[in-house]
Amino acid sequence: MAHPKLNSNEPTGNIEERWDKHRFSMKLVNPANKRKHTVIVVGTGLAGASASATMAELGYNVKTFGILDSPRRAHSIAAQGGINAAKNYPNDGDSIFRLFYDTVKGGDFRSRESNVYRLAQISNHIIDTCVAQGVPFARDYGGLLANRSFGGAQVSRTFYARGQTGQQLLLGAYSALNRQINAGKVQMHNRHEMLDVVVVGGKARGIITRDITTGKIERHVADAVVLATGGYGNVYYLSTNAKNSNVTAAWRCHKKGAFFANPCFTQIHPTCIPRSGDYQSKLTLMSESLRNDGRVWVPKDKGDKRKPNDIPEAERDYYLERIYPSFGNLVPRDVASRQAKFRVDEGRGVGPTGEAVYLDFLDAIKRDGESTISEKYGNLFQMYEKITDENPYKMPMRIYPAVHYTMGGLWVDYNLQSSLPGLHVAGEANFSDHGANRLGASALMQGLADGYFVIPYTIGHYIAGTEMADITTDHPEFAEAENNVKNRMNTLVGLKGSTHIDDIHRDLGKIMWNQVGMSRSKEGLNEAITNIQTLRDKFWSDGRVAGEENTKNHQLEKAGRIADLLELGELMARDALAREESCGGHFREEHQTPENEALRNDEDFCHVAAFEMKEGEKPSWERHTEDLKFDYVKLTQRSYK
Amino acid sequence: MGGTSTETMKIKLKIWKQDGPSDQGHFIEHTAETVSPDMSFLEMMDVVNEDLVNSGKEPVEFDHDCREGICGSCNMVINGNPHGPDKATTTCQLHMRRFKDGDTVVVEPWRAKAFPVIKDLVVDRSAFDRIMQAGGYVSVSTGNAPDANAIPVPKVDADEAFMSAACIGCGACVAACKNASASLFVSAKISHLALLPQGQAERLERAHAMVTQMDEEGFGACTNTGACSATCPKEISLENIARMNRDFLKAGLQRRK
Repeated sequence: MAHPKLNSNEPTGNIEERWDKHRFSMKLVNPANKRKHTVIVVGTGLAGASASATMAELGYNVKTFGILDSPRRAHSIAAQGGINAAKNYPNDGDSIFRLFYDTVKGGDFRSRESNVYRLAQISNHIIDTCVAQGVPFARDYGGLLANRSFGGAQVSRTFYARGQTGQQLLLGAYSALNRQINAGKVQMHNRHEMLDVVVVGGKARGIITRDITTGKIERHVADAVVLATGGYGNVYYLSTNAKNSNVTAAWRCHKKGAFFANPCFTQIHPTCIPRSGDYQSKLTLMSESLRNDGRVWVPKDKGDKRKPNDIPEAERDYYLERIYPSFGNLVPRDVASRQAKFRVDEGRGVGPTGEAVYLDFLDAIKRDGESTISEKYGNLFQMYEKITDENPYKMPMRIYPAVHYTMGGLWVDYNLQSSLPGLHVAGEANFSDHGANRLGASALMQGLADGYFVIPYTIGHYIAGTEMADITTDHPEFAEAENNVKNRMNTLVGLKGSTHIDDIHRDLGKIMWNQVGMSRSKEGLNEAITNIQTLRDKFWSDGRVAGEENTKNHQLEKAGRIADLLELGELMARDALAREESCGGHFREEHQTPENEALRNDEDFCHVAAFEMKEGEKPSWERHTEDLKFDYVKLTQRSYK
Repeated sequence: MGGTSTETMKIKLKIWKQDGPSDQGHFIEHTAETVSPDMSFLEMMDVVNEDLVNSGKEPVEFDHDCREGICGSCNMVINGNPHGPDKATTTCQLHMRRFKDGDTVVVEPWRAKAFPVIKDLVVDRSAFDRIMQAGGYVSVSTGNAPDANAIPVPKVDADEAFMSAACIGCGACVAACKNASASLFVSAKISHLALLPQGQAERLERAHAMVTQMDEEGFGACTNTGACSATCPKEISLENIARMNRDFLKAGLQRRK
């Protein structure tokens, strides 16, 4: 039985008409009244910047918050490969329905059909909007837009700007945001971290922030709050996320009643630069677009220590092409990652650590010439060479999977509203569209769809349909929330034990990677839960935070974030333990086909798991479910063979 | 083969410490004892900070985020060079294999009147945001766009616009310039939009507004020495400045306001 708060509020009827029908049935705020309403947006990545700009264009007063020194630095900036849209410009048979179909199938049937269809419909408008803003997408000689292919699709539908698509799209959204800041419609607060949500009369009505440069705790009131704070991949310590990416804003909301959905659905990206030492602070992604031209292989023999170029063709195993002849090197990310892990587990990994496989461009260079390859991937090759000191034009890249994206996030309905009324969640921070695995070039699409085209409509529906008390930041709930934040900061800055908090974070990462990573088992997950609890106790009893509270103190910022990750890690393990099946990025060793493919259990787990945090000294949760129905894409075992 | 070095180096560091904008500031000295050549410069700084914290001292504050050379957060002047000695490389992408055992390395913040120091190596670059707010956009609201392929853009123009749009807004151009001019940063955005058909309607207005704001922020004048472009981690071209000057001049003559 689904929890009453988990009503998806999705429209019914023909899927092609659902979003139109819904837009018509939603309540409107008339243009003159919009200026009487304030919306808080937390986060300035693709979802946050686009939502802020668009709501301001409509006439709302927007207050936007970001932890970095400028909105332009949000981690969307680092997305490389591209953005999907169903334009069918290449005339290769693409359509909205095909993009919808590929995304539902790619997500291994754990997403909501209505949401995904809407995403595919909106995708085309995103490209139009970005081009109008001046986003310099790649073009062909005729001056029209170019496309390339990404994993999980057999058409070319990915728009790109070299290997810097995220940068260009974010700068587009940032420019739209700047225009509204200049117009006085957006009040921008940089270097401000949200540390709590304020709930008045059961509705999200504001936030408490800390000014990162001065330590000042501030109160902000609004009619609604939009969270666009990204994913939680840094729970693994090493990931491709930026160093400051964190779960704190979402976690604070979770503690105040927003359910957390499918936390164990994390994406391990197959093509990252392997780690080189213990000091390693983060991992660097090599865009999936490289799999258009690069061929993945390992030596046929275990422990073959020859240099890659000395290994003859006949002694190489191009295992993705061998196992999946129709998709080849372009299988979805979860499949490519798992296969790389299997090769390494078999003892056929390469490089100094043995934890890598080759991604080889020599055939493509022979076929197309070095200049063509350089034009497509130049900046990626350059980045690879800077980090590894090896030239990928001459020697195959060494790659290995790394944590990259989190499909799970705060539960939202069709309107992107969480189970805490008034709190809306956009982009990677919500769980909505990618099911158990996200396809490449779909994150940018979703972030911008939510921000430009969904939230601006649904926020109006919420505001017009909700009775709201006229309050200020003097309301007692604000005082209490501020007090709680201050107490927490005092406690954190008072941690003067002997263990460096970064070491605790590293240990958490190791537990997560080994036991809640690419492959999970009942035994390992139970062990992980115990170990995370022990680590959490160590953090509070023996952690050390240097410096003071009322100044720029990066140690203190990190401490608060690590404390929240230590709770999230446990929830992820619990979710993975409860989900007795394998699907997408979630692979339970107990549930696999004889060919080691993920084996779903649709009978018992064709649902979203949404966790409600219980009150109490130690974190504990109740698991609720939202059933998923598949009327348009038939539930089948995924096959990319 | 990269990523395999087992030898470590000893690096002597002189790092800038400053409590706030009004503090005079000073250098602290610290020796990093076991630096791996495969470390990035920021990973070396992480280890220094861990050492400082473990010995009961205050760590050094510095801005950083993506550590992939694209967010533009990191900003260290290393031995007098913004982002260090390597061409086309941000601080986070600079690797310690570039240094030798026993080297002394001096680390300072960007130094410019328009970028006041917040703390240690962290500076306030909000002036860049304000210049962008003054006009660094096409005035198009969501929902107003024609089909993306309605206006063909010659590939050479699109590619050149991209090259200008690749600016990461780090501010190294300002830190490298003896006049602390922001001309390269500002001209990159003016060029990006001036090269595309979508940017034509507001082209002169934009150049005028952005240059005016740049002057108000207290950046110095450009004297065409080219240190900015030589230092730029994204190798933004000096031609952009020429284009900005042309458009700004034209704006003075032709602007209809």
